[in-house]
Amino acid sequence: MSEHIVSSKLYIGIWLTLLFLTGLTAGVAFIDLGPFNTVVALVIASVKATLVVLFFMHVKYTSEKLTKIVIASALFWLLLLLGLSLADYTTRLMR
Amino acid sequence: MAVESHELALRHHFADPEQQRQAASLGMWVFLATEIMFFGGMFCAYLIYRYWYFNEFAAGSRSLDITLGTVNTAVLICSSLTVAMGVRAAQMGKNKLLVVLLLLTLVFGFAFLGIKGVEWYQKYEEHHIPGPSFDASDLIREYPQIHIDPQHSQIYFSLYFAMTGLHALHMVIGIGIFCYLTYFAVRGRYTPEYHTPVEIGGLYWHFVDIVWIYLFPLLYLIDRKPLG
Amino acid sequence: MATAAVTAERENYLNQQYGIRSWLLTTDHKRIALLYLASITFFFFIGGFFALLIRLELLTPAGDLVQADTYNKLFSMHGQVMVFFFLIPSIPAVLGNFLVPLMIGAKDLAFPRINLLSWYLYAIAGLMYIHCILTGGVDTGWTFYTPLSTAFSNTKVIEAGLSIFVVGFSSILTGLNFVVTIHRMRAPGMTWSRLPLFIWAHYATSIIQLLGTPVLAITLVLVVLERALHLGIFDPKLGGDPLLFQHLFWFYSHPAVYIMILPSMGVITEIVPCFSRKRVFGYEFVAMASIAIAVIGFLVWAHHMFVAGISLYSAMIFSFLSYLVAIPSAIKVFNWTATMYKGSIRFSTPMLYAFGFIGLFTMGGLTGLFLAALGIDVHVTDTYFVIAHFHYIMVGGAVMGYLGGMHFWWPKISGRMYPESWGRLAALIVFLGFNLTFFPQFILGYLGMPRRYWQYPPEFQVLNVLSTAGSTILAVGYLLPMVYFLWSMRYGKVADDNPWGASGLEWMTTSPPPTFNFEETPVVTWEAYDYAHIPDPEEVAVER
Repeated sequence: MSEHIVSSKLYIGIWLTLLFLTGLTAGVAFIDLGPFNTVVALVIASVKATLVVLFFMHVKYTSEKLTKIVIASALFWLLLLLGLSLADYTTRLMR
Repeated sequence: MAVESHELALRHHFADPEQQRQAASLGMWVFLATEIMFFGGMFCAYLIYRYWYFNEFAAGSRSLDITLGTVNTAVLICSSLTVAMGVRAAQMGKNKLLVVLLLLTLVFGFAFLGIKGVEWYQKYEEHHIPGPSFDASDLIREYPQIHIDPQHSQIYFSLYFAMTGLHALHMVIGIGIFCYLTYFAVRGRYTPEYHTPVEIGGLYWHFVDIVWIYLFPLLYLIDRKPLG
Repeated sequence: MATAAVTAERENYLNQQYGIRSWLLTTDHKRIALLYLASITFFFFIGGFFALLIRLELLTPAGDLVQADTYNKLFSMHGQVMVFFFLIPSIPAVLGNFLVPLMIGAKDLAFPRINLLSWYLYAIAGLMYIHCILTGGVDTGWTFYTPLSTAFSNTKVIEAGLSIFVVGFSSILTGLNFVVTIHRMRAPGMTWSRLPLFIWAHYATSIIQLLGTPVLAITLVLVVLERALHLGIFDPKLGGDPLLFQHLFWFYSHPAVYIMILPSMGVITEIVPCFSRKRVFGYEFVAMASIAIAVIGFLVWAHHMFVAGISLYSAMIFSFLSYLVAIPSAIKVFNWTATMYKGSIRFSTPMLYAFGFIGLFTMGGLTGLFLAALGIDVHVTDTYFVIAHFHYIMVGGAVMGYLGGMHFWWPKISGRMYPESWGRLAALIVFLGFNLTFFPQFILGYLGMPRRYWQYPPEFQVLNVLSTAGSTILAVGYLLPMVYFLWSMRYGKVADDNPWGASGLEWMTTSPPPTFNFEETPVVTWEAYDYAHIPDPEEVAVER
C-alpha cells in the first residue's frame, strides 16, 4: 500500500454502503426472481468484496501493479478450478 | 523509542525500509492468493453438490437463522471498518486511537465467534450435525412440496460445518494476530514510518471478511422465496 | 590459486559459526539448504527402501515376500514419501534455496525466518509420517482415492493426510519466498531478461506451488474430516461423488509433476551452456516455455481420470489440452540441443547428467503423449506403462537433473571438488541402471501387467527380473555420489571461485560464499550466459 491516507469520511461511507448492501441481499432473498436470485446475491457479494478490496485494502490507491496481478491471477485460477470441473459435471448423462 | 523504531525494524538483508515494506506487502498478498485457492476447493465442492442437490441445499439453507447470519455479516463489516481506521491511525501517528481501534476489532471478532457458536448449537439441537445423530426428518416435514433426500441433506450440512468451521478457524488466527498487534501497539512499536505489521495484519483480516461476504449468501440465502 | 591453508581460514557461511544451535536456528538460506539436503536424502533412503521391497516381491510371480495388504502399503508409502518428501522439495529447497539469492545478487531470501519455518514444517511433517509408517502405514495408494481412504481403509489415513498437509504448507512457504524474492530483491541491473533461466524455472515452479498446493491441502482436510467427524463430502452412501475427490486431488497433483520437473529443467539450462561454452539458444523462448508449462499444466488434470467416469466431452477437452502442454517442453528440448550445436562440448559429470536428462525426459514426455490419447489410455491406464512413463520423467528427468545440479554446484556449496572419474562412473551406472529398471516396464504395461498388483501371471517374470536387476544397479549409482561427496568435504581438491568457468553471479563470489553472499552488492551490466567473454577454464589453466 502507498502512503496515501484515506479520509475517515470515505471509510464511513464505504462501511455504510456495505451495511446497506448486506440488508439488501438479505431482503431480496425473500423476493421471487426465479434463477436470478442467485445471480443477484452473487453480484451484491462481489460488489461488497470489491469495495473492501479497493478501499479497505487500499488497492485503489496503490502504485503496485503487481498487487492487482496477484489478485487477478488468484481469481482466474479459482475460475479454472470451478469451470473445468463443471465441464465434467454438466456434461454427464445423469439426473 | 518510537523515533528509532523503523531503524531497529530494518532487517539486514534489505537495502532499505521501503524494499522491506514492499516485500512484506507482496508476501501477504501472495499468501492471500493461496488462501483463495484453499477456500476455493470447498467452494468447488459446494458448487457441484448444489448443482446436483438443489432441493436439499435450499431446505438446509432455510433451516439456518437468517437474522443471526445477517447480524454476523454486519459485525464483520464493522470490524473491517475498525481495522481500516486503525491502519489510518497508525499512518497518522495516533497511537492511542490505534490501540482503541485494535481492541474494538477484537471485540467484533469475539462477537462473531460467539454468534457462530450460538448458531452451531442451534444446529446441534435440531440434529443437523452430520454423523450418527443426523436427522433431517424435520426438513422433510416442513417442506412437503419438494422432494428431500435425507442423505443428500447431510452433504449440505457437512459443507456448512466444513466451510464455516474453516472460516472460524481463520477468525481465531486473525484474533491471535490482532492480539499480537495490540500488544506491540501499546508498547509504541508502530509509527507513521513503520507500521507494516498493522497493514498486513489488516489485509489478512479483510480477506477473512470477504470470505464471509460470499459464505453468507451461498449458505443462508439459497432459497428464501415464500412457499406457495 | 589459493592454497588449502588460506582457503580453509577464509570466513564463509560454513565456518562462520559452529555448534548445533547455529544450524538449527539459522536464517542463512545456504545453511537452510543444507538442512533440507540432509532431510530429503534421509527420506530418499526410506522411499528407496520401499522400492527395494516392491522390486524384491516382484522377482517372482507369486506373492511370496509380503502379504497383499502389506504390498498395498509399500507402493502407497513409496509414492507418498518420494513425491512429497523427496521430489517436490528436492531442487527448490536445496539448490533453489542455496542459489536463488546468489544468482540475483541478494544477501538472502526476502523472508529468512519463514524459510527456516518452512524447514521446520518439513521436519515436523516428516516425523509425523515416520510415526505413521511405524504404526501401521497407509494402503490407499499415494493418491488417497475415496471412498477407500474415507470409509474402508483400516490404516493410518488421517495421520498420513495430516502429515502431507503440513509438508504442503512447507512447500507453499518456499514458493512464496521465491516469488517475493525474485520480484523485490534483484541486484541493480539484474533485469528480468538478464536472470538466469534457473531463476525463471523456479519462478514458474513457485507459481504452481502457490496456486496448486492449497487445493491439495483442502482436499486432505476434507478427507480427514470425513474420516474423523463423519462430514460426508465424498461418501457415496450420502450421494457424494468419489470423482469430486479425484478432481480436487488432481487439480494439484498434476501441476505437482511440473513442480518436480521445472526446477530440473532449470538446472539443465545452466549446465548445458556452460559445458558447450555457448549462450543459451532462444533465451526468451525458454523463459516463456517455463511459464507456459506452469499455466497449461493446470488445465490438464482430468487426464488422470479418463476411465474413472468423467463425461466423454470433458475427456476430449482434457485430452486436447494435454497435447498442448507438451509443446513448451519440446521447445526446451530443441533449445538445449540448439545450444549444444557448434558448441565446445565437455563431458564433465554435470554434462553427462544433462545428456541423460534430455534423452530420458524426451522418452518420458513422448510416452505422456501416448497416454493423452484417449484410445491408448483406455488400454494402458493403471498398467506398468504409466509407471514407466512417470518414472522416466521423475527419475530419468527430475532426479538426473538434481544430481547434475548437485555436482555442478558442489564446489560452490562445499568449497571442494568431487572426484571427477567417480562422478562420471556413477552417472553412467545411474543411466544404465535406470534404463534396465524402467524400460521393461513399458513393455510389461503394454502387454497388460496391471500396476499395484502383488502377484502376476508367470509370462511377465523375465521382464520383472530385468527390472529388479536394474534397480539394484541404480541403487549403487545413487550411493556412490553420497559416498564421494562426503569424502570430498575432507579430502577433495579445494575449489576455485569458478572452477567450471560458468556464467552467473554465484560464481563471482568465493567457494563457499560468505554468509552475506557478496563482499559488495554486484551491479549487473551484462547479459546472461555471456560465454563469449568468459574464459574457458580448460584453456586458461594448462597444467590442470
